[in-house]
Amino acid sequence: MMDMEVRSTSGAGGGTPPVPVNLRRSKAYYRFTQQNLPACKPVLTPGWVISIFLLTGVIFMPIGLIALHASQSVVEIVYRYDTECIPESFRSNKVAYIKDSSISKNCNQTLKVQKHMKAPIHIYYQLDNYYQNHRRYVKSRSDRQLLHGLNYNATSSCQPEELNNELPIVPCGLIAWSMFNDTYTFSRETAELKVNRKNIAWKSDREHKFGKDVYPFNFQNGTLVGGGKLNPRVPLNEQEDLIVWMRTAALPSFRKLYGRIEVDLEADEFIAVKFVNNYNSYSFGGEKKLVLSTSSWLGGKNDFLGVAYIAVGCCCIFISLLFTLLHVKNPRHESESSPQDSEIQMTTR
Amino acid sequence: MASGRPLLLPSPKTPASPYPPRPPFSDLPKPISEQPNPNPNFNPSMDRPIPYSSSKRSGSSRSKASSGRNSIEGSDSSGPITTTVGNIALAGSGFSSSNRRRYGSRGAGSEGLASQREISDEDARLIYINDPEKTNEKFEFAGNSIRTAKYSVITFLPRNLFEQFHRVAYIYFLVIAILNQLPQLAVFGRGASILPLAFVLLVTAIKDGYEDWRRHRSDRIENNRMATVLVNGQFESKKWKNIRVGEIIRVCANDTLPCDMVLLSTSDPTGVAYVQTINLDGESNLKTRYAKQETLSRMPEEGGIEGLIKLEQPNRNIYGFMANMEIDGERFSLGPSNIILRGCEIKNTTWAVGVAVYTGQETKVMLNSSGAPSKRSRLETDMNREIILLSLFLIGLCSIVSTCAGIWLRHHKDELNLLPYYRKRDFSEPEVGNYNYYGLGLEILFTFLMSVIVFQIMIPISLYISMELVRLGQAYFMIQDAKMFDEASNSRFQCRALNINEDLGQIKYIFSDKTGTLTENKMEFQCASIQGVDYNSRKDPLDEQDDHPVIVEGQVLRPKMKVKTNLELLNVLRSGKESEEGHNVYDFFLALAACNTIVPIIVETQESGVRLIDYQGESPDEQALVYAAAAYGFVLIERTSGHIVIDVRGDRQRFDVLGMHEFDSDRKRMSVIVGCPDKTVKLFVKGADSSMFIVIDKSFYSDVIRATETHLHDYSSLGLRTLVVGMRKLSGLEFEEWQSAYEQANNALMGRASLLRAIAVNVESNIRLLGVSAIEDRLQQGVPEAIESLRQAGIKVWVLTGDKQETAISIGYSCKLLTSEMTQIIINSNSKESCRKSLEDAKAMAKKISALSASAINNGDLGSGRVPLALIIDGTSLVYILETELENELFELATGCSVVLCCRVAPLQKAGIVALIKNRTDDMTLAIGDGANDVSMIQMADVGVGISGQEGRQAVMASDFAMGQFRFLVPLLLVHGHWNYQRMGYMILYNFYRNAAFVMILFWYVLYTAFTLTTAINEWSSVLYSVIYTSVPTIVVGVLEKDLTRRTLLKYPQLYGVGHRQECYNSRLFWLTMADTLWQSVVIFYVPYFAYRHGIRDGSIDVSSIGDVWTMAVVILVNLHLAMDIIRWTWLTHAVLWGSIVATCICVIIIDAIPQLPGYWAIFHVVSSGLFWASLLAILVTALIPRFVIKVFIQHIRPCDVQVAREAEKFGNSSESTAVDVEMNTIRRER
Repeated sequence: MMDMEVRSTSGAGGGTPPVPVNLRRSKAYYRFTQQNLPACKPVLTPGWVISIFLLTGVIFMPIGLIALHASQSVVEIVYRYDTECIPESFRSNKVAYIKDSSISKNCNQTLKVQKHMKAPIHIYYQLDNYYQNHRRYVKSRSDRQLLHGLNYNATSSCQPEELNNELPIVPCGLIAWSMFNDTYTFSRETAELKVNRKNIAWKSDREHKFGKDVYPFNFQNGTLVGGGKLNPRVPLNEQEDLIVWMRTAALPSFRKLYGRIEVDLEADEFIAVKFVNNYNSYSFGGEKKLVLSTSSWLGGKNDFLGVAYIAVGCCCIFISLLFTLLHVKNPRHESESSPQDSEIQMTTR
Repeated sequence: MASGRPLLLPSPKTPASPYPPRPPFSDLPKPISEQPNPNPNFNPSMDRPIPYSSSKRSGSSRSKASSGRNSIEGSDSSGPITTTVGNIALAGSGFSSSNRRRYGSRGAGSEGLASQREISDEDARLIYINDPEKTNEKFEFAGNSIRTAKYSVITFLPRNLFEQFHRVAYIYFLVIAILNQLPQLAVFGRGASILPLAFVLLVTAIKDGYEDWRRHRSDRIENNRMATVLVNGQFESKKWKNIRVGEIIRVCANDTLPCDMVLLSTSDPTGVAYVQTINLDGESNLKTRYAKQETLSRMPEEGGIEGLIKLEQPNRNIYGFMANMEIDGERFSLGPSNIILRGCEIKNTTWAVGVAVYTGQETKVMLNSSGAPSKRSRLETDMNREIILLSLFLIGLCSIVSTCAGIWLRHHKDELNLLPYYRKRDFSEPEVGNYNYYGLGLEILFTFLMSVIVFQIMIPISLYISMELVRLGQAYFMIQDAKMFDEASNSRFQCRALNINEDLGQIKYIFSDKTGTLTENKMEFQCASIQGVDYNSRKDPLDEQDDHPVIVEGQVLRPKMKVKTNLELLNVLRSGKESEEGHNVYDFFLALAACNTIVPIIVETQESGVRLIDYQGESPDEQALVYAAAAYGFVLIERTSGHIVIDVRGDRQRFDVLGMHEFDSDRKRMSVIVGCPDKTVKLFVKGADSSMFIVIDKSFYSDVIRATETHLHDYSSLGLRTLVVGMRKLSGLEFEEWQSAYEQANNALMGRASLLRAIAVNVESNIRLLGVSAIEDRLQQGVPEAIESLRQAGIKVWVLTGDKQETAISIGYSCKLLTSEMTQIIINSNSKESCRKSLEDAKAMAKKISALSASAINNGDLGSGRVPLALIIDGTSLVYILETELENELFELATGCSVVLCCRVAPLQKAGIVALIKNRTDDMTLAIGDGANDVSMIQMADVGVGISGQEGRQAVMASDFAMGQFRFLVPLLLVHGHWNYQRMGYMILYNFYRNAAFVMILFWYVLYTAFTLTTAINEWSSVLYSVIYTSVPTIVVGVLEKDLTRRTLLKYPQLYGVGHRQECYNSRLFWLTMADTLWQSVVIFYVPYFAYRHGIRDGSIDVSSIGDVWTMAVVILVNLHLAMDIIRWTWLTHAVLWGSIVATCICVIIIDAIPQLPGYWAIFHVVSSGLFWASLLAILVTALIPRFVIKVFIQHIRPCDVQVAREAEKFGNSSESTAVDVEMNTIRRER
């Protein structure tokens, strides 16, 4: 039904077009000015409606199933360690524990692998209730400084971490200052599991956003240490933890890539993790989790899309059935709605 | 007849004339009482050449000295403008009755009225004739410079900005932009926030400036025109702007008057001046004005005039004037017939001298032209209602955000100091303080203001710009429309107002002028029945023009208009007047040429030796008759107050006009008594058939009369305007009787008008029937069809005309406005009480009839249907109705009638009637007219349409739209109006939806950022969203979309009801759209939210990436939403729609390719994952399903008219028309 319909110019009322100016010049232009450009005018007939809904349903159901399957195939281990890694004596005053640098923050835990995990296994740290998208936080950075280093000094946006002892801080701003600094080491039956911590940041960031010749300067030298320190001899574009951290997360609960384990983990295997619990999430009630996860084409473990697709697909098929029923019960063929009827009826109102 | 006599403008004082200045009998009716001592120097003084002094003489210093204070600005200096409609009509009717012959200058009507009323001293303005110093000493009268421009160079910027900021929306955006400049609140970059507003302001300012510059230019030209002014006893040239009240001014033939002035004397010895008021009231005929006898003979150059005029304060009543003049201790009154107004032109009078009484802004024409109110379209007004709703919604959102932010801050107040993502304390300074924290209260306030800035596009500023652009585009297509191109005048449709296009789709009432609007305003003599013989030039029109050029001094005189002649009739005439037939025809045409008030004016032509005679007169019918007589060889060459010269088939003859009984509405005929060259005295009468057959001598010519009556009936059934012509020879005795009676009546002090009427009735008896003339006032092409279409479209057409009631009704019939099955209610009342009574009667009748027809319908007698009512009301009755408590009665009555005809209405009454409807209903009104007398109506109505016809440009200048023909109203309203309304209505809703969806996404995100107004969507994308990403398709669709084809719309005018029922824009649609918006925004936000919550391979999604997802999703969705509603896809629509999406992608890529922005390369990371595409598809489908389902179900279950028509258009109407139940829904819903 969606055929091309070309309207003839004379169709609009007959007679010769009375515009005296050189009519032959351009018929297309004339059609344009008379608003008679050839046009396609699709009309939604019941047939079209039913098939559109049916088609949508038929396409959505399998996609949903595939997505669900992909999500189900992902194996994920989530372990909250911030509560576990506090000695019994400090359970009542976690903040004092984490602030006291004299106390060792090491903590050993064992995780059980439920299912076979295929390499690469991504290691994430997850922070909950941490507003990396807070307006003050998001704005407190200087992208130009990250690229140009000390050559760029219009860094007022980095407040309140712009200067320390009247000297500029590189990298400046709250984001860099609060860098996450817990570390994890994994071992499997005495043998250490190698964690690849390279290429965890975006390639584009490493190559273009963070300067090659920019070295940390005057960083974490203030009275208040917010988080991780940086090796001042390594240029920023190789500080991948910083680069990852600087990509502020969109939501208050987020995971960031820590590294990758490039061997498979077998089911029912036990993995020993040595945490260095440095980062202060206790003062604001944040949660810290360690996540080990395989991935699929859809990313991590998330049934939402699959369920959504299946639900929408079902809906569409249901609507198409409903409409078919309606159409069969109460047929209204378009040819029956000739304007003569409507004209008569319209005039008699 | 002396052929050597120079034949210029006809004037009785032509020196070479062999005749004495007065016709033989004319001393007798000469008014004696008013001219007790005729000036002995009268004739010599008038005969000497007009002293036209050059301005080389001294005296210019005086004018220079005063010029400074003469130019005033603004018209406020004048007194209160007291205008009542009643005033006008009273004065108007008085004027017409006083418009008799020369004697009429002291005629029955106006003067008596004026002299009885005294002008109280405090209300009066005193003018010392020829003494401007003294005149202006006490009162600061306005100078004569006019000013229509709004701005000067200095005031332009502040005033223009002030006017622009009358738009509340602009103030809103200004406040937002200013807020954004505060460092605490800076959400967007400074430029990004102020640019859009600055752009809009600049464009509008340039447009306004250009328009004002053009006004300045025309003002300057007008003010610097030259006039001849008496300075120190000499006439000198002076610029218009330097003329002062009290100065004496002389104007010559064809000059335009520079100000309102009281006539003192004219070139005519009796003080007559002919003026053309075309610029004032649109009437092209000549009107007579009189100088007072007392001032006539005084030559101002000789210091002959010293006096005092006491007159009323300036007002805008062009037909009323009240004053008295005191000269040499003698006091007499002045009326409307003694004043000539600015803008008029002196015609047929060599010169006229007057004293300036109103100048500049205080002249009646300027007071009338002032103040065209700017119009705003109905849709825009409705839209403002929803804008207010949206602002409330916006305030609601901001309140939610700021309240939550307050709660959050309070809840975390102990942690804020060191919270990594808040860090209230600042350690960088030696003294530890707070960083960017102002206490809870202020923080909440700041959050509120910031959220206003962030959510500002909830109120779509782009909508205002888009609407302007769309209207521009719509105007372009209306102007280009070949179906609205007038070939006759070679004029295109004009769009003068650009902000009310969509109102054209909602018109409920049309107020139309008649002459020149419905008709062509070209009367044409069609046929005649003479002595019972039908000479019908329609049957066998003669193309060959048998000219009767009159040759005077080797110059050929030819009537200006050519008339088709009838061969038979010509042959009869050629055969001479010997036969009885020939004699009758001779008398008939003589009557046509003589029995009228037409003034012939000789016009030079390009051709050497040829001049044209232009017949000027108040009645176009008379003009047509005189032209017809000329075509048959009876050429009226000259008319003065005393005689007429007619060229009878090559023989110039002079007839003395001995007496004239003007037309009045009681007698419905006019007569003239002429002394023929053969010393006989003849009375020629012409008039309406009803009045003529009473006075016709039926005893002798019964068969002729019977035949004539048959012809009369034939003619009028053809829609021709008929006049019966008769003649009577007066014997010497009869004439003397008449003369003495006439003289007596003329000198009577009381009841002169009725005495004169009695004399006329007395003499107009035993008339010999000469024949019947038939004139056609041709309707414009397609008028009946147009009116029928408009009526079917549910539009009520009211005709407001200055014409006589009979003419109005006959035109009403011929243009099918009135039909024979209509019941006519006619209201002609002369007092308020009788008005009240007739209104009540009419209402009772209307009720009875509607009850009757209702019962007829109930009885199943559908054939008779409802009896339509037609209300016919005249201007005199309206005087007592408009602006009184009766107005309501009239409104109720008139709205119950299907047709309303108002006749004899004054310009302001026209506006009053429009206001009657406009103020009492929400219905849209349209006024259409062609003359300056329609200006007030055109400005009053919601939509004013000017016909660019013969009558000047005033109507066009005041109008919103101008076109060549009445019938173009049908495509204008039914096609363009429908389209424009539908397009604009959809566009507004869509813009609301589009911006609200975007704002809602921002809002949902704010809920997950500790209520701190972080925007995931890049700030540049926010700015560009309503500029580049989504605006072009709406504009193109707003210009090009056609829900139905022109053919369908014209075929089924009922489809116009869409606009009446406000189907395209109403509150219900608004709320539906908003609900849909809410759903769509939820889908756009939460699908990525849940899909990306736990992340992808690289960990959780970052702010910029999810912002890009949302940007892409919302732009594509919003465009698809539009695509779903587009009815007509042209290549342009495809191009802009898909082009916008592509442009968005390009913009997002460009923004993400800047390493200095946090979101560097985000889009590439996002699109490289399957998750993005899967979510995008899910968003698009899920978001659109509800809308699609509702749309489809409504189309299936309750299709609207447009839908039905569209399907019919698509699939044709080949099938049998079987009644379908589904269809009935349409109708039931419409009721």
